[in-house]
Amino acid sequence: MNYTFQFGDVFAAWPLLLKGTWNTIELSLMAMVLGLALAIVCAWGKTAGPKPLRFVINAYIELIRNTPFLVQLFFFFFAMPALGLRWSAHTAALTAMVINLGAYATEIIRAGIESIPKGQIEAGLALNLKRHEIFRFVILKPALKAIYPALTSQFILLMLSSAVVSAISADDLTSVAANLQSQTFRSFEIYIVVAVIYLLLALAFSALFRLIYRVSLNYPDRR
Amino acid sequence: MRTFGFPEFLFILEAAKWTVALSLIAFIGGALGGLLVALGRTSEHRLAQLLSGGFIQIFQGTPLLLQLFLVFFGAPVLGLEINPWVAAGVALTLNSSAFLGEIWRGCIQAIPAGQAEAAHALSLSYFSRMRFVILPQAMKIALAPTVGYLVQIIKGTSLAAIIGFAEITRAGQIINNATFQPLIVFSVVAGIYFALCWPLSLLASRMERRQAAALAR
Repeated sequence: MNYTFQFGDVFAAWPLLLKGTWNTIELSLMAMVLGLALAIVCAWGKTAGPKPLRFVINAYIELIRNTPFLVQLFFFFFAMPALGLRWSAHTAALTAMVINLGAYATEIIRAGIESIPKGQIEAGLALNLKRHEIFRFVILKPALKAIYPALTSQFILLMLSSAVVSAISADDLTSVAANLQSQTFRSFEIYIVVAVIYLLLALAFSALFRLIYRVSLNYPDRR
Repeated sequence: MRTFGFPEFLFILEAAKWTVALSLIAFIGGALGGLLVALGRTSEHRLAQLLSGGFIQIFQGTPLLLQLFLVFFGAPVLGLEINPWVAAGVALTLNSSAFLGEIWRGCIQAIPAGQAEAAHALSLSYFSRMRFVILPQAMKIALAPTVGYLVQIIKGTSLAAIIGFAEITRAGQIINNATFQPLIVFSVVAGIYFALCWPLSLLASRMERRQAAALAR
């Protein structure tokens, strides 16, 4: 092997890499928040909604979980404008991520909701809590606690799969890397550096999730 | 300009065989690698634990797309001739080795410690202990999640389109560029993936339910 690694061009472009990293963080965080909200609504619909609604939610989940994220992304980016909906690569990417995460997280949260013992809900009723209060405090919060590890690893998978949105040039970290490599031709060096950044991001996100757990969900329960 | 008709549909459908071939390569390679990783993770050797743990951390902590790029752009640096076929095969194999290894580690650890202790007491070698005592039992638990992971592998092969490997997604892009009918093209593409993945998903969840019922008894 007679190849000299040259990281100079890569490190010289650090403001671009930093911007790309921030865009990936921002995109992932927004997708996590919106996807979680979507998933909570769908999980409620799937466990307590009327039959037609359940059917629609099930179809959505199966459709998303059995097709690749890249194809979903192409669908939102290329096919939606053909239907008259004009949006930027960034919005298309965010939408695809939210819809994708929503499907996976719905199944996870549903499992959490179904793990709540009936007696707990009846206790809520006996305390004269309103329906939405029961859902929020008696069902949802313990459910989230029960499935927290599965949910957060799904979040991290989402952050990593966001690299795919570079295929429609949505300004994320991998798009920055692709642009840099076409200017400098130091593709191997660039992708090594960017892979390390993703690895650090994954570690940072899991540290963040542990912190959130400690602050908001770390109360004693029966288990 | 072409319109989307039956020949275009056939073109995309034919590309499905490359998706299936690539998935099989990734699955077989990933199964071999995954077994090594799982054995490394569960071994008593400090170095084996460290190596396989690091391997999992790296391949589960970075995007599959980047792994694909690193193999594709890295191999020429090492002086190797490479085409999208080999790059996609190698990257997907490494990636599924990490994920399957982590799944199977859980299955191996789910076997009660008494089993390994009994094998020790019978003075079985490491090989015999794994081959005849631990792995056959672990395999039974591993079947359902492994079938489930096959779906992830099939979906993962779509990323090979980005480095120019002509599988379903790439065929869809080509047809879309020729016909400008993205709605129907990408619906067909998604439909083919769905037809490949959904039966496997159903099978995996059926196996999971049957296993849960068997354990509840």
